[in-house]
Amino acid sequence: MGETSNDLKNVRIAITGGTSGLGLALVRECLARGARVAFVARTRERVEQVATENKGENRGVHGIVGDISSKDDIYPIAMQITGELGGLDVLVNNASDLGPVPLQMLSDTDCEDLERAFYTNVIGPFRLTKALMGALAASAREARGAVVLNISSDAAINPYPGWGAYGSSKAALHHLTRIWGEEHASENVHFLSLDPGDMDTPMHAAAIPDADPSTLKRPEDSARELVDAIERVLSPGNDSFAPAGTNVQTLHEVGTTSR
Amino acid sequence: MIVANQPIQRPTNARLLVVDQHRKFHHVSRASLVEYLRAGDLVIANDAATLPASLQGVHIATGDAIEVRLAGRPSLRPEDVNHFIAVVFGAGDFHTRTEDRLPPPKLAAGDKIILGPLRATVEQLLGHTRLVLLRFEGTADHVWAGLAHHGRPIQYAHVATPLALWDVWTRIAGPPVAFEPPSAGFALDWHALSQMRDRGIEFETITHAAGISSTGDEQLDRLLPLDEPYRIPEVTANAIQRTKERLGRIVAVGTTVVRALEHSAMLDGHVRAGDGIATQRIGPSSRLHVVDAILSGTHEPETSHYELLRAFLDDATLERASRELNKGNYLTHEFGDSVLIERGGAKHW
Repeated sequence: MGETSNDLKNVRIAITGGTSGLGLALVRECLARGARVAFVARTRERVEQVATENKGENRGVHGIVGDISSKDDIYPIAMQITGELGGLDVLVNNASDLGPVPLQMLSDTDCEDLERAFYTNVIGPFRLTKALMGALAASAREARGAVVLNISSDAAINPYPGWGAYGSSKAALHHLTRIWGEEHASENVHFLSLDPGDMDTPMHAAAIPDADPSTLKRPEDSARELVDAIERVLSPGNDSFAPAGTNVQTLHEVGTTSR
Repeated sequence: MIVANQPIQRPTNARLLVVDQHRKFHHVSRASLVEYLRAGDLVIANDAATLPASLQGVHIATGDAIEVRLAGRPSLRPEDVNHFIAVVFGAGDFHTRTEDRLPPPKLAAGDKIILGPLRATVEQLLGHTRLVLLRFEGTADHVWAGLAHHGRPIQYAHVATPLALWDVWTRIAGPPVAFEPPSAGFALDWHALSQMRDRGIEFETITHAAGISSTGDEQLDRLLPLDEPYRIPEVTANAIQRTKERLGRIVAVGTTVVRALEHSAMLDGHVRAGDGIATQRIGPSSRLHVVDAILSGTHEPETSHYELLRAFLDDATLERASRELNKGNYLTHEFGDSVLIERGGAKHW
């Protein structure tokens, strides 16, 4: 863990898929910067473990058990997020489903695997964001700032063979993000769709088991860059963060163009 | 009026009776609401999300079934969820009219109740067999999770299908602190808010823990509304000040907004930002300091909501409005049609 700071002091952040890989690194990074964090994941034991391990003195971490791919879980999740945090400033839709493992050509992909990827990567984030939009818009009105960060991928843009379920669902999420960004721009609810890069995570290992971890990014590094991007949007009077056209970016490019 | 029995927040044929400042009536489509607002107005809604405040469980001492309906809370603080005022019923659920519900098991202070994953203790009986102060065991997060998973929205027999949270959360729902939906806000969606913005109509929110509307018991109903905590953001208080200065109108979406704003202004007519607890009742003798117009559901005489409307309109006009609503077959209750009433003596439409 890095140094602690107060850059996100009292900012209320919700992160889905918060018990492993990038999500866990995001939870830790946000807590280290002073944020109050509610994270969501499916497995009760893991949620309790991560909550206990990261419980600071400020009681700033809240673990929520739920599956964002399940319609019936969305409102209980949303209610716990806004209930426990008293509102919401930042939502990170990070939980993702890779599709079939091992990866399959699209024509070999079972419909159920494709559906599961879309429920987790598109419909779940859609439902959760919609349920939380009232809280986010309230934060924007109160000049606390409001950000929805949807974790994207270069597979949302490039047609990588074998990544059909994942890539097509991430493409849909990316476009959803852009349209939402347009529709809520005048309310100052900001939408980011960012590609964290190829990281050494359980998901990457499932996709490409023989990848050399030393060639992959550490999730902690991606998390730091993503939270930097959130901070830039939240910084008061930061007009340089003006909206532009397409905005799936690698993090190195994101500083001036996303919203 | 006809009871709205379908849980649809914004039916395309929803209607609106506008009673203007000259006491003229306009029967219009609710979709045209924004036509009856104008640049410089400030619309204020209650952004409370609705708790699943009905909890089924067992009274340990007797083994009898019990339904607990949470109805009041000391503050809006996220961690302040151990103590609730609650209305309790015996076995049964919303399919039975509240008037016909069985009484709860005989309760005593110290009694334990199991409500799904939650355990609660009756701390105090509050002067009526159906009204108690409950204390939930465990951390705030435990209570939130228990409510989220075990609670159901409070509902009444006129809607037959069980309500889900998405049926009762308004589009603008934020903190889950209301016990029943602030249903006047069902009329608003993001499209309507964007139309308002385009026309120079301001929009802000307050958060108010809207309480339950009916207990089925005359004696208890006379106590409604119970004390309700609220929070007024600084931006909202500032917007009110600005609007007053430019002689714009303050349009409250729902009775809870009227109650909170007028409570805050009771001292000297100015709305203050911050937390408060609305304790007052608003009726024909109340003088309104802040609110110029109200968007509300259609309410029947002798309800506390109707009483509040009497602060906006003289009785003769209000009775005439009731007749118009009846004659026009308007729908009533939380999923029903709406009225927009400007108080006499307020600025012109």
